[in-house]
Amino acid sequence: MLDVETIDSILAKFPQPKGNLIAILHEVQNHYRYLPEEELRYISKRTGVPITQIYSIVNFYNRFSLKPKGKHVICVCLGTACHVKGAEKVINEVKMKLNIDVGETTDDMKYTLEEVRCIGACSLAPAVVVDDTTYGKVTPKEMASILAKYK
Amino acid sequence: MGSTNDKEIVISVCTGTGGIAAGAFKVIDAFEEALEEHGLKAKFKSRTHKVGCRGFCAKDVLVDVAVGEDVVTYEFVTPEKAKAIVEKHLVGGEPVKKWLVKDDYHAFHTKQQRVVLHNCGRIDPESIDEYIATGGYKAARKAIFEMEPEEIIQEIKNSGLRGRGGGGFPTGIKWESCRRAAGTIKYVLCNADEGDPGAFMDRSIIEGNPHAVIEGMIIGAYAIGSHEGFVYIRAEYPLAVDRLRLALDQARERNFLGKNIFGSDFDFDIEIKLGAGAFVCGESTALMTSIEDKPGLPRPKYVHTTDKGLWGRPSNLNNVETWANVPLIIDRGADWYASIGSEQSKGTKIFSLVGKIKNTGLVEVPMGIPLKEIIFDIGGGIPKKKKFKAVQTGGPSGGCIPASLLDLPVDFENLSKAGSIMGSGGMIVMDEDTCMVDVAKYFVQFCVDEGCGQCTPCREGLYHMVKLLTDITEGRGTEEHIKLLEELSEVIIDTSLCGLGKTAPNPVLSTLRYFRDEYEAHIFDKKCPAGVCRELTTFVIDEKKCTGCTMCARNCPVGAITGEKKEPHLIDQSKCIKCRMCYEHCKFGAVLKM
Ligand SMILES: Cc1cc2nc3c(=O)[nH]c(=O)nc-3n(C[C@H](O)[C@H](O)[C@H](O)COP(=O)(O)O)c2cc1C
Ligand code: FES
Repeated sequence: MLDVETIDSILAKFPQPKGNLIAILHEVQNHYRYLPEEELRYISKRTGVPITQIYSIVNFYNRFSLKPKGKHVICVCLGTACHVKGAEKVINEVKMKLNIDVGETTDDMKYTLEEVRCIGACSLAPAVVVDDTTYGKVTPKEMASILAKYK
Repeated sequence: MGSTNDKEIVISVCTGTGGIAAGAFKVIDAFEEALEEHGLKAKFKSRTHKVGCRGFCAKDVLVDVAVGEDVVTYEFVTPEKAKAIVEKHLVGGEPVKKWLVKDDYHAFHTKQQRVVLHNCGRIDPESIDEYIATGGYKAARKAIFEMEPEEIIQEIKNSGLRGRGGGGFPTGIKWESCRRAAGTIKYVLCNADEGDPGAFMDRSIIEGNPHAVIEGMIIGAYAIGSHEGFVYIRAEYPLAVDRLRLALDQARERNFLGKNIFGSDFDFDIEIKLGAGAFVCGESTALMTSIEDKPGLPRPKYVHTTDKGLWGRPSNLNNVETWANVPLIIDRGADWYASIGSEQSKGTKIFSLVGKIKNTGLVEVPMGIPLKEIIFDIGGGIPKKKKFKAVQTGGPSGGCIPASLLDLPVDFENLSKAGSIMGSGGMIVMDEDTCMVDVAKYFVQFCVDEGCGQCTPCREGLYHMVKLLTDITEGRGTEEHIKLLEELSEVIIDTSLCGLGKTAPNPVLSTLRYFRDEYEAHIFDKKCPAGVCRELTTFVIDEKKCTGCTMCARNCPVGAITGEKKEPHLIDQSKCIKCRMCYEHCKFGAVLKM
């Protein structure tokens, strides 16, 4: 269902939507945690930006997602500092426990697994962000108990 | 009431990303509660104080407790410890010795020269008044009211300041080109994309002292003749974005930004533009394309961005740290600045010291300091008595520097002579357990994932380099693989469109230069000396060393290890997934990698 009200209120913050499309998409994604197609079409209609142009942006930038996300987003850092400190094992633990690959969501829509290249918490490597909380110096064992906290 | 008397009590808690992840806000709440509970709030001037990152994130939550002039620092503070500190130290009058920072904290700071980071960890980044109280915005006023734009540019040139975003281009010269470029509308831009994985200097500056960046941009805009500025910052840094936004609002409120700033006839304002997770957008032309609200594709630089940049207008882009240096130079003078550093690299540089190193964190050192001093004196060396193998600088565009070059003075010239680059300041330390072929593969894979796909050498060439490197790490490598890697590197460097492709083969070339023996061990002996590449490693337990403590068996995720308590254990090779857990958990060095 197209949620006109939400989009209108986001668009209202940008008197000049042209030139602020990336900012608008950030807000839309913050709200829905992904970019629903119907909403994107509506934005195109309202702003006059062709839908193809919107898609070219959405597809170029890694942060934008066209797929709905699970209730909890587990984001494992695979930046260099985390890589040399064994982030691979941490992400494998999540893959094994949840039986999903990077970019996938569990069938019950509970968890989405993502990877990121450095969140700037390198002194806490390996780092994992679940929703808005950053966990540092995560071992595979700890990863399992962190997962258990998010139901 | 011991030592507190009627002195002011200030409890400064680190609320950088590291501090917050370690629980800084809970610690602040605990202090507040305890102060209230013991009636200290009512009796004395006492308060908690949020400060930015002071660099030593490995010790977080770090807390300074100041009673009048006496300041002590506590490490690893938890809410429970906070309560006890109020009780014993503030009420009882005796600092809790066992929780104070130790020698390593002092060693970490001794050889540093914190100029740009001076205020980080001291002032509340969310308070413009605290920045002003330390002399903030004095330099911007001086520039606008007492200096001509040309004079400012000359001062920056004299200081020898070079770009901190990677290339090391002289900042004054860039400003001059932009000032002289034809056109009335010009832009000043700040690169806060910080894409180099393993680096977080820019994040800490913005989180710890955002006004310094704003002040630098005001000075630059005035010198160049620009009235509009943009900060391009990555969305992965939510705290930095919030603090920057707040700082911009505060500056606008005081009329330090906007029309007629400081009451002069100069107008200037700054807008934030969020990145969206594309590494290539750190490249100057891609960054500008992204601000223009398009996919961040780089373009060839036949025409400099100082002539035709953002929206085709003259644009001056500098890195966060570069901007943060500017007010210091205007305030204290070019001569002072040029007195720090080496012959051709002036000032200080901030590095993020991470990886296999004891004291991880942010360090600021004078340019030209020997690498050894950063790693061993400041960084405290390698943990777990392991051997230092290499340090990687410059991120995906950089290279690895081996132990034989530990005496290298760290500046632009010497790093590039050694086959690496300064880059933005990431320093990732590697020990004997790090496989250099794996590291090279990691970086090339990174560039494959992050490349924009426009030019063939980068898109196809790097893809094939990863394939070759994967062959080597999985035991299919031949001598021909190394030759092909070198050939491909040359072509990609010569023919790629932008800086991403032009530098992407560097990690391979530098590891081939210093660690060719490791490549050869993979190829000819089919062994990974560091025990990282699964296909080329076997873990076995040395019966003589094994004490039967069962640690390995308990940590094996697949149950491949068997053995009685106090008896030597055995690894079932058919079950082993080579995850290294046993190797890392054995306290007796009894797990061997073959
Ligand atoms: C692929 C690529 C990524 C880059 N990423 C960054 C970055 O994240 N931050 C940065 O300041 N500079 C980055 N740079 C360098 C910028 O293009 C530019 O040189 C710099 O921001 C100029 O500022 P400076 O002169 O103050 O160093 C990157 C360059 C390339 C080729
Ligand atoms: S590399 Fe993981 S936080 Fe920087």
